[in-house]
Amino acid sequence: MYPENFRYTKEHEWVLVEGGIGTIGITDHAQQELGDIVYVDLPKPGTRVEQGRSLGSVESVKAVSDIYSPVSGEVAEINPVLADAPEKLNEDPHGAAWLVKIRLSAPGELPELMTAADYQTYIGAEK
Amino acid sequence: MRYLPKSDSERRQMLDTCGVASAEDLFAHLPEAVRLRRPLDLAPGISEYEIVDYFRARAAENANGYASFLGAGVYRHYRPVLVDAVVSRGEFLTSYTPYQAEISQGTLTTIFEFQTMICQLTGMDVANASMYDGSTAVPEAAMMAARITGRHRALAARSVHPEYREVLRTYALHQGMPVEEFGYVKDSGVIDLEDLERRIDDQTAAVIVQSPNFFGVIDDVKAAAEIAHRRGALLVVVFTEAVSLGILEPPADADIVAGELQSFAISPSYGGPYAGIIATREKFVRQMPGRLVGQTVDTHGNRAFCLTLSTREQHIRREKATSNICTNQALIALMATVFMTVYGKVGLRELALQNTAKAHYLAGKLKPAFTGKFFNEFVARVGNPEAVNKTLLKKKIIGGLPLGRFYPELADSMLVCATEMTRRAEMDELSDALRAPAVEEVLA
Amino acid sequence: MIKKVRSHPSQNEALLFERSSPGNGAWQLPELDVPAVDASVALGAGNVRAEIPGFPEVSEVEAIRHFTRLSTWNYAIDHGMYPLGSCTMKYNPRINELVARIEGLAWAHPYQPEALAQGAMEVMARLEAALAEITGMDAVTLQPSAGAQGELTGILLIRALLEKRGNPRRKILIPDSAHGTNPATAAIAGYVVENVKSTDTGVLDLAALARAADGDVAALMVTNPNTLGVFEENIVQAAEILHAKGAMLYMDGANMNALVGIARPGDFGVDVMHLNLHKTFSTPHGGGGPGAGPVAVKKALEPFLPTPRLKRVRGKWAWDFKRKRSIGRVRAFYGNFGVLVRALAYILAHGGPGLRNATVDAVLNAVYIRKQLEPYFDLPYTSPNMHEVVFSDERQAKLGVRTGDLAKRLIDYGFHPYTVSFPMIVHGALMIEPTETEGKLELDQFIDAMISIAKEVETDPELVKQAPHSTRTSRVDEVAAARKPVLRWKPA
Repeated sequence: MYPENFRYTKEHEWVLVEGGIGTIGITDHAQQELGDIVYVDLPKPGTRVEQGRSLGSVESVKAVSDIYSPVSGEVAEINPVLADAPEKLNEDPHGAAWLVKIRLSAPGELPELMTAADYQTYIGAEK
Repeated sequence: MRYLPKSDSERRQMLDTCGVASAEDLFAHLPEAVRLRRPLDLAPGISEYEIVDYFRARAAENANGYASFLGAGVYRHYRPVLVDAVVSRGEFLTSYTPYQAEISQGTLTTIFEFQTMICQLTGMDVANASMYDGSTAVPEAAMMAARITGRHRALAARSVHPEYREVLRTYALHQGMPVEEFGYVKDSGVIDLEDLERRIDDQTAAVIVQSPNFFGVIDDVKAAAEIAHRRGALLVVVFTEAVSLGILEPPADADIVAGELQSFAISPSYGGPYAGIIATREKFVRQMPGRLVGQTVDTHGNRAFCLTLSTREQHIRREKATSNICTNQALIALMATVFMTVYGKVGLRELALQNTAKAHYLAGKLKPAFTGKFFNEFVARVGNPEAVNKTLLKKKIIGGLPLGRFYPELADSMLVCATEMTRRAEMDELSDALRAPAVEEVLA
Repeated sequence: MIKKVRSHPSQNEALLFERSSPGNGAWQLPELDVPAVDASVALGAGNVRAEIPGFPEVSEVEAIRHFTRLSTWNYAIDHGMYPLGSCTMKYNPRINELVARIEGLAWAHPYQPEALAQGAMEVMARLEAALAEITGMDAVTLQPSAGAQGELTGILLIRALLEKRGNPRRKILIPDSAHGTNPATAAIAGYVVENVKSTDTGVLDLAALARAADGDVAALMVTNPNTLGVFEENIVQAAEILHAKGAMLYMDGANMNALVGIARPGDFGVDVMHLNLHKTFSTPHGGGGPGAGPVAVKKALEPFLPTPRLKRVRGKWAWDFKRKRSIGRVRAFYGNFGVLVRALAYILAHGGPGLRNATVDAVLNAVYIRKQLEPYFDLPYTSPNMHEVVFSDERQAKLGVRTGDLAKRLIDYGFHPYTVSFPMIVHGALMIEPTETEGKLELDQFIDAMISIAKEVETDPELVKQAPHSTRTSRVDEVAAARKPVLRWKPA
């Protein structure tokens, strides 16, 4: 369920790193907790982001959740699909509904993040 | 007491059910240190008749039966009888905020209609379900512009209502938003575009103008928009006399419209309660403060309405909210909705034309200080406005607002308003009184 | 068995714009007694608008039917109880509506000469005095338009005083049980919010407060009784802790209905507080407003109160605009005068003893409800409650039914739901405040309804989860409303 090649944060974001670019999303656990997603607020390309700092937010009808960046760098691309179809985030949070792609500035940050196994243990403990 | 629907025996039964000996025991758990151990120093309760007498006596101590030429942000307009007939219905008067959509479709539907009519009136794409009043809508609009542009300064025209600018300052101070002002042209009364051009910079989030402005002059909104947009700022257009939108071109160049609806069947009521609005373009909707009603369907596919985009609001966002506003002015907005319904497309225009005719008749008899076109208010140069008003009061006329308190350079002038309620005879009296010997002496 | 309501046809009604037809109108103006004008000439050709696109055109009959039909789709206090916690949905006395409309009050212009506004000013002065006596404070401003604006005013007052003392400080402490306006207000006033946890009995944790209160804290914002309906028993000590550090105690007066005549915030250490006239003082909610949020302060804060203030000059009332230390205006003119009139009428009707009796009845009603619902609903905090009580949906949640569902089912029984999911420190909260204007019959019907629903959860949970069944609309699709907002009518 939780892809092995992703890394995870305590705030339920995932990141997939390929060739200096980190693709970021929220986990399936997160989308379940939020309920029906109605809106996604993402930064503009070129924005600088920092690990652990908010880069945007995800809204359901009754709640808003900040998205904390798992990595530092610059926003290279945002997912165009989510503007018109935020519900994709409920349907495919690990695939088609990625949020942003970041050009990494500090690849050394990655080992601090959780592996899929660690994350599953973490959310198991949360329950 | 007639509002407490329990007899002593019922209270006794309830206390028994609670296992409590006396009503005082319900408070026994409070620390003694906090208890008030004497009666409140307030007179005993009085009957309905005495309450009416009290307020009638207070009303008699205010102006009664005076003609009035006051405008300046609060306007005398007829209130169609239907307005109170509708808002007095218990289903509207005593209902709560429509959080439970299934049992609030009445309120929600009227708010949706209200939002629609405000858009139609102002030329904007979306309007909220009302703010406290026009004066607080202005800082809300400024803060909205700051959020949208990422900039932090505001530039307000001096011809925006002085009390509105004061309110803007109070709010802006704590948002780290410096507020600067730009002037008006001495002869025409419109905004000084050169002054605006000089002061605007790349940190200006909002340029704020009012039209018709505080002097009653129809202002140069298009030119202000051109300057603001060229420098990357948003244009906020304010209105205080909603009836003007019945005949005047709406501010289509505005990014945000912040206005006051008191003219739409809301009693002057010594300053409140009124209803403000914020209207804006589609793309800014998520930055709008205040309640919003949206259209949707129920589980059977019937059209229904509900509060929406609530995540902007305080009860969810908490410290990240777009504003701390909770209440909207629902009942007051409903008065405006009924007013707009009664007058409608043709009536509102007719009403605005009558206002124009009355004020222009009066202006023909006085000396307008500005050459700019005006709607139903204008500045009249009278020499010593306070003395003039003193004379007028003897004739049971409340004259225009002496401007010296807000604009020292206009201490010789007063702001005069005529509406559909102003009678020709009253206007003739006013101009006669201004020409009368006693007043002439003062003018000399 | 549902005893309080039965179905009845209600009229359908389209939107005004769908009912419009050109040539209809509900208005008539008198003939002009001055010459008509050519709009283009008078206003300038470029300034004259085309007609207002889509604005309604309906007759008077259609207008009155439209709004009357819509009104019948609403629930209201005039129908029955609203058990909404911290909303204090008490009866809105009709005398209030009458006196607010008396011509000399309703048509008073805020700029009319003071000599001709003495009646209005006397009303405001009398209300200020009454509220000062009720709260045990030294001075009151009636300017703020609503509770949230009152809160903002209060925090700005604190900031102004601390600034004068040399340091406005950076933080405001807020209990985790607070209403959402509290942190939103603190943020707008430029403060950083820090949460203070409650104890396991639901009151302010003094130790946590003592740890958090440092020289960087401007104030603690507290509601008392708190949002659990429980009196903050440590409030006096809390005030001492704060004052020792040069910080202030702000009280959100939303729950004043539990205290009037019993305890006064000014007596237990509060420096500044706001009141909600549309809660404690019976002014009508009107579907969401208007309200009024007066702020009451201790002497030290008086110089900073919003401008202008009432003062007595040679035996008459006057407005004092020369207030050097004032935080300025929070709104134009003087306040929601029409709402103030209604609140004063309420105070005059009750009088001192009457106001205290109202408080006693409010608490009795809430304790009565608690006692009878305790066997059926989980009560997370067992301290004595005052004017409201908070249950949780824990027992029902085990069977898959949440507080929101229970609330919707209550509608089928003829009541407005209680407050759902607030305060946040109670998971799945049911927050119930009856107010004093509910009689035994209504209370008993409410209790019976809640017990019946609790039983339905066990025998027929789907019935509860799909509720309401008897309303004009069933549950609405809030997700669709938020995803693709449609915020106005447009022609097809």
